[in-house]
Amino acid sequence: MNPKLQVSASPHTRGMMTTGKIMSLVIAALMPACVMGVLSFGLHALLVLVVSTASSVAAEYFYEKLLHKESTIRDGSAAVTGLLIGMNMPPQIDLWIPCLGSVFAIIVIKQLYGGLGKNFMNPALGARCFLLISFSAKMTTFTGGRGVWKLVTEVPATTDALSGATPLAYLKAGQTFDLKALLFGNCMGCIGEVSAIALLIGGIFLLTMRVIRIRIPGSYLGCFAVLTLITAIVRGYQDPVLYTLQQLCAGGLMLGAWFMATDYVTSPITARGQIVFGCALGFLTWVFRLIGSGAEGVSYSIIFMNLLVPVIEQYTRPVAAGMVRLNRENRRLMRQKKKEARRLKAAGKKEKDA
Amino acid sequence: MSRKNPGELIDPDRRKSRFDLSRYIYLRKDSVQERVVNGIYFENPVFMLVLGMCPTLATTTSVTNAIGMGLSTTAILMMSNLFISLLRKIIPERMRMPSYIVIIASFVTIVDFLMQGFLPQMYESLGVYIPLIVVNCIIMGRAEAYAGKHGPLPSLADGLGMGLGFTVALIVVAAVRELLGSGTLAGFQVMPAAYEPISIFVLAPGAFLVLAMFVAVMNRLKIGAARREDEWDPTGKFVCGDCRSCPRVKGCGGKPAVEAAKGSQEGRR
Repeated sequence: MNPKLQVSASPHTRGMMTTGKIMSLVIAALMPACVMGVLSFGLHALLVLVVSTASSVAAEYFYEKLLHKESTIRDGSAAVTGLLIGMNMPPQIDLWIPCLGSVFAIIVIKQLYGGLGKNFMNPALGARCFLLISFSAKMTTFTGGRGVWKLVTEVPATTDALSGATPLAYLKAGQTFDLKALLFGNCMGCIGEVSAIALLIGGIFLLTMRVIRIRIPGSYLGCFAVLTLITAIVRGYQDPVLYTLQQLCAGGLMLGAWFMATDYVTSPITARGQIVFGCALGFLTWVFRLIGSGAEGVSYSIIFMNLLVPVIEQYTRPVAAGMVRLNRENRRLMRQKKKEARRLKAAGKKEKDA
Repeated sequence: MSRKNPGELIDPDRRKSRFDLSRYIYLRKDSVQERVVNGIYFENPVFMLVLGMCPTLATTTSVTNAIGMGLSTTAILMMSNLFISLLRKIIPERMRMPSYIVIIASFVTIVDFLMQGFLPQMYESLGVYIPLIVVNCIIMGRAEAYAGKHGPLPSLADGLGMGLGFTVALIVVAAVRELLGSGTLAGFQVMPAAYEPISIFVLAPGAFLVLAMFVAVMNRLKIGAARREDEWDPTGKFVCGDCRSCPRVKGCGGKPAVEAAKGSQEGRR
């Protein structure tokens, strides 16, 4: 039979992109940042990445085996989750912590809600927050790494330098940090977040491979940058532009904006929704970092906005082809009509009651 | 198969499920034992009816707290059920809510003072949740659903059963939270010294996590039991599952849910 005459439900044409391909592209895009992390912090960091990825894949495999489900470890989503968890760990962490985080991410956040595509929250970030609340001391202690190059941990010309503090801690105190160190990764922080350049390369790679679109990371970083710049000017910091650049490059913002906020499952599907989502993320991160008491807030902002995705999608639903978008005058008339109907109904009810 | 009295626990051969306790226990309706078993298992206020969530989430940080909260609620529930049942013919229909509140509040105040006097440490750690028993929806719910319609003895037994069910649920949730979150049980070190407490479990998110897991397991048992009782009928015979623990069973009379829904729609027109 002519395949063109086949009758079936939509979708009728499918792209060449499969989940497996997308996930392997994401892993490839994460590699530069991983390499920079390992170069900065030494072999233990590599071990953390391997353990978290392996335990995540193992958790997925055994859960699906136990429940007699089709195994989905081949699509690579569990590996991406595990790798992201590893990249969110401090370099000298005990190995059982990323392992526990991976199991929590895969089983509680992903599989209990029905597996890939049905989780309401980014599994890797959910696990990071779980670990951050549970083992806050261990998750926020950054002790010296034994990497290839020496880390810039102290700000020149400050007497009360905090040993082993992350760049964000300096920025929080209103000081500036060496921007070069932030770009190339020889500073303290989580394994995957130290090198802004490596993360940018990964993000641009994903953009050119059309895995992600610029809307979410662009609006996220843009909104955050504008707000930070204004704050820096208002607070009278020495060099507001430099300060903003440092805020953009420090901490998990790049990692979050390019790789976590753009997760297909937990970000809006509509174009306008994605921009709203990104701007809200930028605003929340600004609130957490510059107004709140903590130094970091990317992960909390992203999981918080993950919860609001259904609402955003509802309000940004595009008009179907062939339909007319109501203009302001018509919308006003519609509202009036509805109000009138409600009033009539209420009046009728009152009469009935009387 | 009798559908006349879906609230009954009789007819043991209807029960096929392994997890359905009534397969093993034969109990007369509204007897003391039946009320207690009903409160602890079939209509467990926390896991089955999902009532009293606020104290369940807030006071289950340790087993000691859970026992204190559960037993004080049990005492109040029994006494308020008893008195509401005794006064049920005097209280006018339109004034029943305020009257119930007054009765419940009196007993809560008594328990509040007693705890303050004799168990000051427990009183400290439970804090505002003791006075808040006044608005605990388990107590209000039982007054509305049971004590206001039944005699004093079954009502007292109902209060006991519901209270124990609440206590058991609190202890179960608290045991998991305390064990994982601080490595202890009722204050005693249980986990080995090398165990690193996962402190999220004693915080609010841990309460939601643990409670959700338990409710999920209980739902699995409940839905499984409802499905096995009768063979699955896609026309909607058992769409809403378990008639036995359904508060709206009076409305549909155990009829298939689809028919009942149709009936109510026609009534609205």
